[in-house]
Amino acid sequence: MMVHLIWAGLACIGIIYGLFNGTIADVNEAIFSSAQEAIQLIIGLASVLVFWLGIMKIAEEANILKQLSRAFKPFIARLFPDIPKDHQVIGYITSNFIANLFGLGNAATPLGLKAMQGMKGLSENDEATRSMITFLVINTSSLTLIPTTVIALRMQYLSHSPTEIVLATLIATCLSTSAAILIDRLFYFKRVNKKR
Amino acid sequence: MMSVISNISLLFIPMFVLVVLSVATFKKLPTYDLFVEGGKEGLSMAISLLPYLLGMLVSVSIFRSSGALDAFVQLLQPLLTFLHVPSEIIPLALTRPISGTAALAITSDLLKTYGPDSFVGRLASTMQGSTDTTFYIITIYFGSVGIKKMGDALKVGLLADLIGIITAIIIVSILFG
Repeated sequence: MMVHLIWAGLACIGIIYGLFNGTIADVNEAIFSSAQEAIQLIIGLASVLVFWLGIMKIAEEANILKQLSRAFKPFIARLFPDIPKDHQVIGYITSNFIANLFGLGNAATPLGLKAMQGMKGLSENDEATRSMITFLVINTSSLTLIPTTVIALRMQYLSHSPTEIVLATLIATCLSTSAAILIDRLFYFKRVNKKR
Repeated sequence: MMSVISNISLLFIPMFVLVVLSVATFKKLPTYDLFVEGGKEGLSMAISLLPYLLGMLVSVSIFRSSGALDAFVQLLQPLLTFLHVPSEIIPLALTRPISGTAALAITSDLLKTYGPDSFVGRLASTMQGSTDTTFYIITIYFGSVGIKKMGDALKVGLLADLIGIITAIIIVSILFG
């Protein structure tokens, strides 16, 4: 809903502003040049997406994702103290995180939905549980290890070093995710205190 | 400092490809067939992304080329200089939690206008990678299991986004200054 408002709003405000400030010729040109630009952009993106998803398919079949998820399991279980340790949900949560780490948005979403279903099964009412909120907050803070799309964009615009932002992204992601977990815990204890 | 960062970043992807391909070959998997299969998914993903990207790119460039964006940023200028935030990044920061594809279009616009190796370009790249589309994730995840009472999820998610944007600014300033 919000997206629609922003999208239409940007265009309408721009056109009206252009009418009153004599920049309407620029606006007219921008419409066509930016549409063309979008096509060029997609061709650049497609090259990286095809390669990366191809490699990830191999990684998936070779069980590399599964092995990684086994390594992370104990750590994940600590983040979700109200889910039984050997419950299946932990596995879904872990694979969702792993898929996110490798920039597999499409693979991450179905796994995330399965995890949500599992968590709902544990609570059986229509209120968000503690682990659901933790899970979502970690997801929204992004867990990207290799920002493939961004690298593709940088290549498209002839960066001298398209991958130089990988480390910066990694550090920013780690910090923002830790902050998200911390804020989530703070809010949780606030809720608990209120109920008492 | 810079060369070390570039080298680590440079090695990461080739090494990952090397590991995946050698493990799969060792397990006697049909690597090339699998690659093609996954690649087709990538292609259809790119095609389905096109209308989103094109629509938002056109809308954003109307807003920018009319001069409305500059006027808006001018309004915020005093606050931004006080906080040491480059004003060019504001449209991206405002859009990132709402729409992933829209944010992608804005990032690409910034990279084109300021160059990918400029401070703004690096900052936009980092921000694009280090935060995610909070509204979208919360909507589909809660929607899919019929949760009506979201609790603190949206509040915590947006706060985390804010922190993500601030950390991106600080880290890019430190690494690339």
